[in-house]
Amino acid sequence: MTEGLLEIAGVSRHFGGLRALSEVSLSVPEGEVHALIGPNGAGKTTLIHQLSGAQTPDAGTIRFAGEDVTRLPMHTRVARGIARSWQVTNVFTRLSALDNVALAVQGRQRDWGGSFRFWAAVDKERAIVDEAAMWLAEVGLAGRERSIAGSLAHGEQRQLELALALATRPRLLLLDEPMAGMGPEESERVVELIERLGRKVTLLLVEHDMDAVFRLADRISVLVGGRLICTGLPDDVRVHPEVRKAYLGEDVA
Amino acid sequence: MAGVGMKSALYRQSARRRGLAVAALVALAALPLLLQAIGQDFYVSFAARLLIFALAATGLNFIVGFGGMVAFGHAAFFGAGAYTVAILAQHGVTSAFVAWPAAAGLAALLALGIGAVSLRTRGVYFIMITLAFAQMIYYLFISLKTWGGDDGLSLPARSGFGPLHLGDDAVFYWVVLACLAAVLFLLDRIAHARFGRVLQAIRENESRMEALGYPVAAYQLACFVIGGTLAGLAGALIANHGLLASPNLLHWTQSGTLLVMVIVGGVGALYGGFAGALTLLLLEEALAAVTGHWHVALGLLLLGVVFYAPRGVAAYLHGLVTRRQNDD
Ligand SMILES: Nc1ncnc2c1ncn2[C@@H]1O[C@H](COP(=O)(O)OP(=O)(O)OP(=O)(O)O)[C@@H](O)[C@H]1O
Ligand SMILES: [Mg+2]
Repeated sequence: MTEGLLEIAGVSRHFGGLRALSEVSLSVPEGEVHALIGPNGAGKTTLIHQLSGAQTPDAGTIRFAGEDVTRLPMHTRVARGIARSWQVTNVFTRLSALDNVALAVQGRQRDWGGSFRFWAAVDKERAIVDEAAMWLAEVGLAGRERSIAGSLAHGEQRQLELALALATRPRLLLLDEPMAGMGPEESERVVELIERLGRKVTLLLVEHDMDAVFRLADRISVLVGGRLICTGLPDDVRVHPEVRKAYLGEDVA
Repeated sequence: MAGVGMKSALYRQSARRRGLAVAALVALAALPLLLQAIGQDFYVSFAARLLIFALAATGLNFIVGFGGMVAFGHAAFFGAGAYTVAILAQHGVTSAFVAWPAAAGLAALLALGIGAVSLRTRGVYFIMITLAFAQMIYYLFISLKTWGGDDGLSLPARSGFGPLHLGDDAVFYWVVLACLAAVLFLLDRIAHARFGRVLQAIRENESRMEALGYPVAAYQLACFVIGGTLAGLAGALIANHGLLASPNLLHWTQSGTLLVMVIVGGVGALYGGFAGALTLLLLEEALAAVTGHWHVALGLLLLGVVFYAPRGVAAYLHGLVTRRQNDD
């Protein structure tokens, strides 16, 4: 069997007495759009934290592109090609939308000195500014370049959050409820964006909106109480009795 | 259209800023001549001391205000710079072109070591550990009799500076002013360069920067080293000024004074260190002349600053200037 782009093996994580993740194992092949669903408090965000490097697991290993990344710091994982978005918007609220994304683009520069450059004015670097504007347009924020991020509407901040993650040009993108708190119109735009993205990068998508999940996902995993209770094709997961019982709150009698 | 208008407004603003800076520089350069003309030569030396503290405080402000790291051990770098010059002079090395870069370089190395360890901590712990390192160095120096112990190490004369005679207070003042001006110009460039952009963003949201692929600690360490280097240069100057490398320069109260200058002047403002040194040293000088209880009076005045100009004197003055601009 060939190794997936992302290989999670026996990952556990607890907070005090609470077992937030219990021996989670999952393989995501390159190019897949993989949805992770589960009730509130199931441990979805916690799993994203372990994968992105915001936290390290108590046990288990995480392999990415054939390399063990379990103990790598977050910035190194980003350089390897893992990017994430946050469930609660996490952008630079005092900077303009353009400057936000420009930072993400700049972070990728590996030319001489990288970001250890002390003289030339960065907002005159056309390559960075233009690419940042391109990502803003990509997520539907064209025309908002000069707006201060903190003054953007909630939905727009969610879009900016996506642009930040995209501008790191990841191979694997971890999206934690990208549509949370969005209106139907904005949600639709983001679903379309994810649909387009899904053809280019590997996606692990945490989402509560079931319509979006079944429309976007190649495969779905269900997390309940820190345990992965099933992984499979959307049609199989939909009818899986344990899923219906645990997640959809239905009695299958 | 709007874009074009905005651009030219920005351009006008930065042109005006540059104009103000040049005017201030010319005025400061003319100061010794003015003081000599009115027979107050003594104040030339005082003005040089003020600019040296402005330089040290500017270095600290780069760490605290720009890098977002509240460090309480800046005296270590200030004192290290002073002792480097004095020790080199003791061994016959008196050229400023050797001694001053050596002072700055040693302070940089020291900052690299202290920063690398201290930056593993955050917040109050960072304050405490930088303080502890600085105090260790203080006790080291007062216990070393070869380097003067409690008395400090005196210099036979000011450093040699090519054909310029630094023994002349006015010439020394001009050299100090040139150092300060060059440093402020450099820091302004850094603020708008890739590195400065990264530091500002780290100050706003550290974890988000990690998630964009930035090794945050490396940038913070570089910032810490730059600030420490500037303090080392200021230390070289202060040793030349009083012809003495005193252990007082290394004492924690010195770190405290510099920190107060930064807070009073304006945390994170380019001219914050300058404004703070100016305010504090002028007040100290004026109050000491009229009352023996000048410490109390100074404390009260500082409270006033905190209440009326909570973002610092530099920001307060900047506000006055821009309000004037909007009026006309
Ligand atoms: N830092 C932490 N300290 C203590 N407990 C935590 C911490 N982070 C998460 N938890 C707990 O771990 C469990 C899993 O939380 P997590 O945020 O991963 O759930 P989730 O599946 O993302 O839920 P939601 O759908 O509400 O976002 C919860 O019970 C939560 O309270
Ligand atoms: Mg969550």
